[in-house]
Amino acid sequence: MRIVCAIEISAPCDLVWEFVSEPGRVLHFMAGMTRWEVEGSKDRGLGARYRMLMRVRSAEVGGLVEVVEWDHARDIAWTSVTGVDQRGRWRLRDRGREGSPRTRVEFRYSYGVAGAGLLGWAAERVAASTVRGNLRRSLQQLKRQVEHEQLRRAAAERRKRTAAA
Amino acid sequence: MTDATTAGRNASQNGHGELPPDALSGDAGQGPGSGGLPGRLVRALAGLVQTRIPPADLDDRDPDYIRENLPGLWLLASLWFRAEVRGLANIPEDGPVLLVGNHSGGNLTPDTGVFTLAFSAYFGVERPFFQLAHNLVLSMPGLSFLRKFGTVAASPKNAKTALESGAALLVYPGGDHEVHRPIWERHRVDFDGRKGWIRLALEQGVPIVPIVSIGGQETSLFLSRGDRLAKLLMLDKALRLKVLPVSLALPWGLNVGDFMGHVPLPAKIVVECLAPIDLRAEFGPEPDLDLVYAEVVARMQAALDGLASERRLPLVG
Repeated sequence: MRIVCAIEISAPCDLVWEFVSEPGRVLHFMAGMTRWEVEGSKDRGLGARYRMLMRVRSAEVGGLVEVVEWDHARDIAWTSVTGVDQRGRWRLRDRGREGSPRTRVEFRYSYGVAGAGLLGWAAERVAASTVRGNLRRSLQQLKRQVEHEQLRRAAAERRKRTAAA
Repeated sequence: MTDATTAGRNASQNGHGELPPDALSGDAGQGPGSGGLPGRLVRALAGLVQTRIPPADLDDRDPDYIRENLPGLWLLASLWFRAEVRGLANIPEDGPVLLVGNHSGGNLTPDTGVFTLAFSAYFGVERPFFQLAHNLVLSMPGLSFLRKFGTVAASPKNAKTALESGAALLVYPGGDHEVHRPIWERHRVDFDGRKGWIRLALEQGVPIVPIVSIGGQETSLFLSRGDRLAKLLMLDKALRLKVLPVSLALPWGLNVGDFMGHVPLPAKIVVECLAPIDLRAEFGPEPDLDLVYAEVVARMQAALDGLASERRLPLVG
């Protein structure tokens, strides 16, 4: 099952990247996510591994995932090592104009259990509404947090300039 | 080969050890079990059941099979039982652990399925996890798939082997006594005074995590355990069954014995894992079994009362 959600955030790609690439922030904006822990010594970048769980109705499902693509301020993709088969991707694209930064954020997520047959097919579809809802809320929370951070930084900058003047 | 001899050989294979002669033949020369038609029938039945119990082999657990069947289990747990499992983080991340649960739902115990799903999804199917089940469950036709999920015959030997292998082990001390308690006792933890699980945890030096569930006993309307009936029919000797439950269940209506199973009612099931208990750290180097029993059961009962207080209506949750 493949789910794609997108949102536009009024902030530069670099700031959005700070949020999506920092494992410590993931639980703050990802809805339904109950665990996102660094596994091993590498906490970010290609090859970093995370143990993740998302609550989907009666169970917390997930497993061990590994980052397989890391393109600064553009793409992060991961794939499952253990647990349910899954592949996820954050895709950030600059849509801003002069003086008005804007980023299109796309979250692509596909999941399933190979070999689970008809029941697996049905479970994927039944789970889709919960997973889609979680991803949509996650993007909205990400937008709120990033834009709040953008405003906070702008205010701090203004205060700094005022103090210097 | 006689039935009793076959039973003895199979008993040693499936972890029950050699059964004492009176276990199969009644009260050692007294009563109907010692001779006559009833006695022969009991011996024949015991032999039949024992031959059907598969040898206990932890290697029967198949992680790939579990993984492929989790979606089906998830559908059942999510859509039919609207299950909720809390506190899985209380279970130690690795190493052997004894999970002690209250048992509900008759011969079809939905809370076991719900917990197996939650445990396997949370920790991954790679973590070895076994459940002890009554002989009769494992000997029933069509239930051999349970061995692939890690279900083994309930015996001290099998429990010890599982824990020594570093696995998590789920036991239901209340067994058939608790699982068939009448509907009006559904919010009661009843281990019937059985303390083998405490000895096991002490011998193996493993922590205990109490697992409390609610809702399973509402999946059928249990009216009586039928323990006197079971004794009268010598089922305790033949099948290690101390009960012959009487219930109202689908599709049978009046259901005696529950041997053919039943269609469980869609009751909401909530499972809660309590904080782990290190028996020696909490009760001293040589803990008093009665004290430990009373304390653990009291904690589980308090948790069950809490879950019951959240419940507005039977079935609905």
